[in-house]
Amino acid sequence: MSSLRNWLITDTPTSRRHAQLASFYHGWLEFKANRLALLGLVILCLLVLIAALAPWIAPHSPFSQDLGNRLQPLGSDEHLLGTDSLGRDLLSRLIYGSRITLYIVALVALIAPIAGLFVGTVAGYVGGWTDTILMRITDIFLAFPRLILALAFVAALGAGIENAVLAISLTAWPPYARIARAETLSIRRSDYISAVKLQGAGALRIITKHIWPLCIASLIVRITLDMAGIILAAAGLGFLGLGARPPSPEWGAMIAEGRKFILDFWWVATVPGLAIFTVSLAFNLLGDGLRDVLDPKSNK
Amino acid sequence: MKLLDVENLKVSFPTRTGVFDAVRGVSFTLGQERLGIVGESGSGKSMTGRAILRLIRPPGRVTADRIAIEGEDILSMSEKQMRSVRGQRISMVLQDPKFSLNPVMRVGDQITEAYSVHAKSSRAETRRKALEMLEAVSIRDPERVFRSYPHEMSGGMGQRIMIAMMLIPEPKILIADEPTSALDVSVQGQVLNIMDKLVQQRGMGLILISHDLNLVSSFCDRVLIMYAGRIVETCRADALHDAQHPYTRGLLNSLPRLDEPRTQLEVLKRDPAWSEAPSVSGAS
Repeated sequence: MSSLRNWLITDTPTSRRHAQLASFYHGWLEFKANRLALLGLVILCLLVLIAALAPWIAPHSPFSQDLGNRLQPLGSDEHLLGTDSLGRDLLSRLIYGSRITLYIVALVALIAPIAGLFVGTVAGYVGGWTDTILMRITDIFLAFPRLILALAFVAALGAGIENAVLAISLTAWPPYARIARAETLSIRRSDYISAVKLQGAGALRIITKHIWPLCIASLIVRITLDMAGIILAAAGLGFLGLGARPPSPEWGAMIAEGRKFILDFWWVATVPGLAIFTVSLAFNLLGDGLRDVLDPKSNK
Repeated sequence: MKLLDVENLKVSFPTRTGVFDAVRGVSFTLGQERLGIVGESGSGKSMTGRAILRLIRPPGRVTADRIAIEGEDILSMSEKQMRSVRGQRISMVLQDPKFSLNPVMRVGDQITEAYSVHAKSSRAETRRKALEMLEAVSIRDPERVFRSYPHEMSGGMGQRIMIAMMLIPEPKILIADEPTSALDVSVQGQVLNIMDKLVQQRGMGLILISHDLNLVSSFCDRVLIMYAGRIVETCRADALHDAQHPYTRGLLNSLPRLDEPRTQLEVLKRDPAWSEAPSVSGAS
C-alpha cells in the first residue's frame, strides 16, 4: 500500500500515464484534506448506491398500503422509520424517493447548463444586437423568483416529474448563460481565437470547438453548487402538489402528506425533511470542496 | 504575377473624438520574396497585415482601391469566400505562441483542425501530414508533441508549432506579425531560419512585420518603412543602412552599433511634415 502511495506522490514520474495519475492523486489529496467535502462525497455515494439498489434493500414495497398499521412510530417492529397515514413503510418510500431526487437533479444538471452555455457563448461571441437581445431575455428570467416561475410553468404544463424538471431547468439556466458569456468575452479576444479565425474557421466551429471546452470548468463548479437549490426546488414543487404525483414517493410530496398530522405524528414529515436536508447539505459541501480543487486561479 | 497587390489601403476607427486613421493609403505589391515592414509602435504595420486578411474587428473600417491575391480581388468577396482564403491562401503567424495556441486543445488537434476540414483527407493521412510538418519545423519528437498540450511546450517550440499549423494548408502568402519578439534571442534566429527555409521551398511570399531593424535588414529582400499609417520609404534590405528618409535615419541612429560605439545614442526627433507627406508606393 505504501509503495503504491510513494509511486503516486513521486516528483519524478516515469511515464506520461504515471504523471497523469500522480496529478490526479494530488488533486484527490487536496480534496481529501477538506474533511467536510469528503463527508459530502460519502453521503452522495451512499445516496447513489441506495438508489441503485433500492429494490433489494427496501424492506417493503413503497406503494403497498396497510391501513391496520397506519402511523406507526419510529422503531416499531418491521417498520424502522414508522409508517405514514396509509400504512406505507416510510423507510422504503425514502429509499425509492432517492431515485426520483437523483433523476430530477441529473436531468436538470444536464439541461440547464447546456442551455445556458449555448445562449451565453452565442451572445458573447456574436455580440451586438444578438448579445443585447439574448442577455435581456436572460435578465427577464433572472428577475422572476425561481420557485414562482417554476410554479407558473408547472401550472401551465400540468403536474408531473418531467414537467417539474422542465420548469426547474427553465428557471435555472440564466446564471449559466451569464457565466458562459463572461468567459466567452474574455476568450474571444485572445490570440488563439484570432489564430483559428485566420485559418478560416467560422463562428460555429469557433464556438463549439474552441470556446465551449474552455467554459466547462467554471460551469461544473457552478452546477455542483446549484444542486442543492435544484433539490429544494423539486421538493418544493412536490410539497405544493405540482411535482411528483401523490403515490410516487417523492420527498417533497411525502412532507406534504405528513404535514396534516405533524403535531401528533411528527416523524412522518420529519423523516423525508431530514433526507432533503442531508442531501442538499452534502451537495453544498461537495461543491465547495470541488471548487477548491478545480479552481485554476487558486494558488497551488 | 504578383502574389499580392494592395492599392491605397486605409484602415480607420471611429472614436468619440473623431475618426482615427490607423493606416492611411498604403500601396505595395508582393512577389515571391521576403518583404519586411518596419516601423514604431502604432505606425499601422500590424493593422496592414490584418486588413489584408479582412480581420479588422468592427467598428474598424477597411477601404482600399484594390486588394488582390494572385489577381483575384478579395474586397468584393463574401465572408464565406473569405474564410476559404484565410489559411488556404494567406496565413499569419502571430506574435506570442503562449497566447496563440488554445490551452485546452492538444497540439495535434490544433494543427490538423483546419487542414482536415479543407482537405477532406482521411484521419491517418492528416495525421501523417501533421507529423511530417512538425518534423519540417525541426521538432525532434513529433509523436510526443502531437499528443501534448501547449503549456508543455517552450516558447520556441510553440512558435514552430504555430508555423507548422499555418503552413500545413500550403498557403501562397505568409504574414508573420512580429513572430520572434516573444522569444529568446538564441531561439529567434532558429525560428526565422525554419520559416525562411519553408517559405523558399514552397515558393511563397512572406511579409515580416517587425520593429527590429537589424533583423529585417539581414533577413528580408525588401523593406517598407512605415510611419503614422503611411509608407515613408522603401528600399532593398541590404541597403537599409544607406536609407535616405530622415525618419529611417533617425531609427537607425537610435540603435547602438558594435562597429561605431557612441557615448550617447541619438533620440528620434519627429517632424510633423513626415506624417503629412504622401505615402510612397511599395511596388517592386
